[in-house]
Amino acid sequence: MTLILNDEQQMLQQAARDFFAEKQPVKALRDLRDRADATGFDRNAWQAMAELGWAGILIPESEGGVDFGYQGAGQIMEQAGRTLAASPLLATVLLGAALVRALGNEGQRAALLPAVASGEKILALALDEGPHHAPLHTALSAEANGDGYCLNGRKTMVLDGHVADTLLVVARTSGKPGDANGLSVFIVPPQSAGLHCRRLNLVDSRNAATLEFTSLRVPAEALLGPLDGAWPALSAVLDGGCAGLAAEMLGTAQEAFDRTLNYLRMRQQFGVVIGSFQALKHRAALMFCELELTRSAVRAALDALDTQNPEAPLLASLAQAKACETLELVSSEAVQLHGGIGMTDAEEIGLFLKRARVAQQTLGDARYHRARYAGLRQF
Amino acid sequence: MDALETFRAETRAWLEANCPASMRTPMPEDERVWGGRNPVFKHPDSQRWLAAMVERGWTVPTWPREYGGGGLSATEALVLKEEMQRLRCRQPLFGFGISMLGPVLLTRGTPAQKAEFLPPIARGEIRWCQGYSEPGAGSDLASLQTRAEDRGEHWLVNGQKVWTSYAHLADWIFCLVRTSTESKHGGISFLLFDMASPGVEARPIKLISGASAFCETFFTNVEVPKANLVGNINGGWDIAKELLQHERGMISEIGRTVGGTTPPVDVIAKRYLGLADGSIGDPVLRDAVARHVMDDHAFALTLRRAAEESSAGAANGGLSSMFKYYGTEQNKRKFELILKCAGTAALGWEGEDFTEEELTVCRTWLRSKGNSIEGGTSEIQLNVIAKRVLGLPD
Repeated sequence: MTLILNDEQQMLQQAARDFFAEKQPVKALRDLRDRADATGFDRNAWQAMAELGWAGILIPESEGGVDFGYQGAGQIMEQAGRTLAASPLLATVLLGAALVRALGNEGQRAALLPAVASGEKILALALDEGPHHAPLHTALSAEANGDGYCLNGRKTMVLDGHVADTLLVVARTSGKPGDANGLSVFIVPPQSAGLHCRRLNLVDSRNAATLEFTSLRVPAEALLGPLDGAWPALSAVLDGGCAGLAAEMLGTAQEAFDRTLNYLRMRQQFGVVIGSFQALKHRAALMFCELELTRSAVRAALDALDTQNPEAPLLASLAQAKACETLELVSSEAVQLHGGIGMTDAEEIGLFLKRARVAQQTLGDARYHRARYAGLRQF
Repeated sequence: MDALETFRAETRAWLEANCPASMRTPMPEDERVWGGRNPVFKHPDSQRWLAAMVERGWTVPTWPREYGGGGLSATEALVLKEEMQRLRCRQPLFGFGISMLGPVLLTRGTPAQKAEFLPPIARGEIRWCQGYSEPGAGSDLASLQTRAEDRGEHWLVNGQKVWTSYAHLADWIFCLVRTSTESKHGGISFLLFDMASPGVEARPIKLISGASAFCETFFTNVEVPKANLVGNINGGWDIAKELLQHERGMISEIGRTVGGTTPPVDVIAKRYLGLADGSIGDPVLRDAVARHVMDDHAFALTLRRAAEESSAGAANGGLSSMFKYYGTEQNKRKFELILKCAGTAALGWEGEDFTEEELTVCRTWLRSKGNSIEGGTSEIQLNVIAKRVLGLPD
C-alpha cells in the first residue's frame, strides 16, 4: 500500500487544481444555479476535461481511455470538490463507465466506452429508489417478456439523469428486495417509451433526477452483464464511486477549512483578529486532525482499488464514512465561524454547506458505511 | 519483489525463528522489561528475547549501528513494527532512554556523549527518567525553578521535580534546570546525572488507578560533572521541545503498544452484549464501536502516511502534535467505550468476582486519563497545532 502520490499523480493533482481554479471556480456553479441552466454543467468545460484525458481516466487505452487509475481519478475529484465544480465525473466516469467496463460485452463496451472517453456520451446510473442509499433493496422490476424485458418501477437521485445519453438501470429480475441475488443491469435509452424523467431541484444545485418506468420495453441485448448476478460487480463499482466521492468531499472540506482559517486570520473584533482566541483555535485544530485522518483513508481506498487489494470494500466504506463525518463537521463550523456573513447567499461558504449535505447522502451516509464496515469486520 | 518486500520477508523469517512463543502472547503490565542496573525479567524468556533483539540492533531499529541500533530507514522500521504486530511479538524493551533521550542525543549530543550514553540505552543497561515538570511548572513548563549553579568543577543542583515517571526505579535522569534568571526560556539548560548521586530523593505518588508510577523528586546540593551538559548552557529549551516531540510520539502510540492485554473493543462488545444475527447485540453500541474502530483504522493509516512522507523526504512536522492529541484522546474513548460495553463487569477494584482481565480494564481506564495530561495536555497540543501548523496568531 502506498499513501503518498508519485510524480505523475502529483502533476495531475496540480493540473486539476489549476484547471478548476481557472475554468470552474465556485462562481461557475452559482451562475448555473442563477440562470437555471438546462444542462446543469458546462459542456465546454467537460469537453476540455475529456481532452485532458479525464473522461477516460478509468477506461483502457484500447477503448479510447488513458487508464490512469483510481488514485489519479481521486486527485481530479478532490480538486473538483474544492470549487464545487459540477461535472459528469462521478456519474459518467466513476459509476457509469466503470460499470460498463466491469459488466459489458465487447459490443456494449465498444458502443459506450470510446464515446465516454471522448466526452460525447453522458451516462447515468439509476439505482436508488428512496431517500436513503439501499442498493440491495432494489424493487424496480424487469420481467422477461418475449425477446426482451419489461421494466416497471421508480428510481430517484439519478445523478445527471435528465441529461444522460444512456441510462444504466439496476433492476430486480428475481428474488425480493434485500436479496443480493436477482439484480440485473439494463442499458436504457432515455427516449424510450414508458420512461418519464423529472429533474430534481436539490439544495446543492447539482444534477439529479427521478425516473418513472411504466411497462418500458428493452430488447434482450440491453442486459449488461449476467442476469440476476450483477451485484458483485455493481458492489465493486460502488466502492470506486465511494472512494471518488470521498475524495471530492475531502476537497470540499479542505477548501471550506482553508477559507475559514483565512477568515479567522483576517476578521477583527475586540481589537484583535478572532483567530487569536483559544476557543476558536482549538476548534480549528480539531478540524485539522479530522481532515488528516480523512486524507489517509481516502488515499488508502483509492490505492486499494488500483492494486485489487481485498480490503478495498472495507477501505471504501472507511473513506466514505470519514469523509461524511468530517465534511459535516467542517461545513457546519465554517458557517458558524464566518458569523453573520456566512448566512448570506453572497458569501460562497454557504454553497459548501449545501453541497456537503447532498454529497453525504449520495452512495450512503456515514451511518450506512459504519454498519457496512462492521459487517465486513464481522462484528 | 522490491527491496522493502524482501526486507519484510527476511524480517518475518527472523522473528519467527528468534521470538520465543511465550513472547508472542499478550503482555501483562508487570512483565514489561525496563532494563537498568537491576533489571527485572519477570518472565524468564523475556531476557532471551531482549538479548536476541539487542544483538540485531532492533531495540532501537533506526539508530546507527555504531551506537547499538539497527540502521533501518523509517519505512523499514515500520515494516519491522508491522511484522512484530502480525506475529504479536512483545516489545522487548521499554524506557525513556530508547524513546526520548536517545533520539535527542543523536542530534544534540557530542561524540563523547553519544559514545558514553547511547550503547547502554540500546542494550537496556541504564534506565532513565525525565525531570521536567515541577509543582509550579506544568503546562507552563518554562517557568521551572530547579536551579543549577556553576561551581567550577561541577554543577550544583537544588530544587524539586514532580510527575517524574519511575524516578524511584531509574538509574539516571535527564533534567531541565535553570542556569539563568535573566530570561524565562533562555535560562534553561539540559543536564544528565546519576540518580545514585548524594542529595537525590524520589518519593512515589499514589494515583487514582492505585499505581505509583510517578514520583516527587527532590535535589539537595547534587553535584553534577560539567561534561554532563547537553548542548549549550542556557540553550536547553530547544532540546526540551525536541525531546517532547519524541515523548508525544511515544504517548500517542499508547493505545497501540505491541502485545497489550486488553482485547479489541469489538471483541469485548460481543462478549458482554451478546450477538444478534452475528452482530453486536446492541445496535447503538455497535455503531459506536464501528465509529471507534474506524477512527483507529484511519489513525493507523495516518501514522503510516507520515512514515512514508518522512522516508520520501517530505516530513510533516505538524503531525507529531496531532498524533499525541489524537492518540491519547482515542485511547481514553476506547476505555470509556469498553466500560459501556462491559457494564459493571469493568468496574471492579479487586476480588474474585472479577476476572484478571476485568480488573486490569478498570485500572487501565483510570490510567488512560493521564495520557492526555502527561507530555503536554491535549489543550497544549491543540495550541501547538493552531500556532505551528495552522499559523493562527497568539
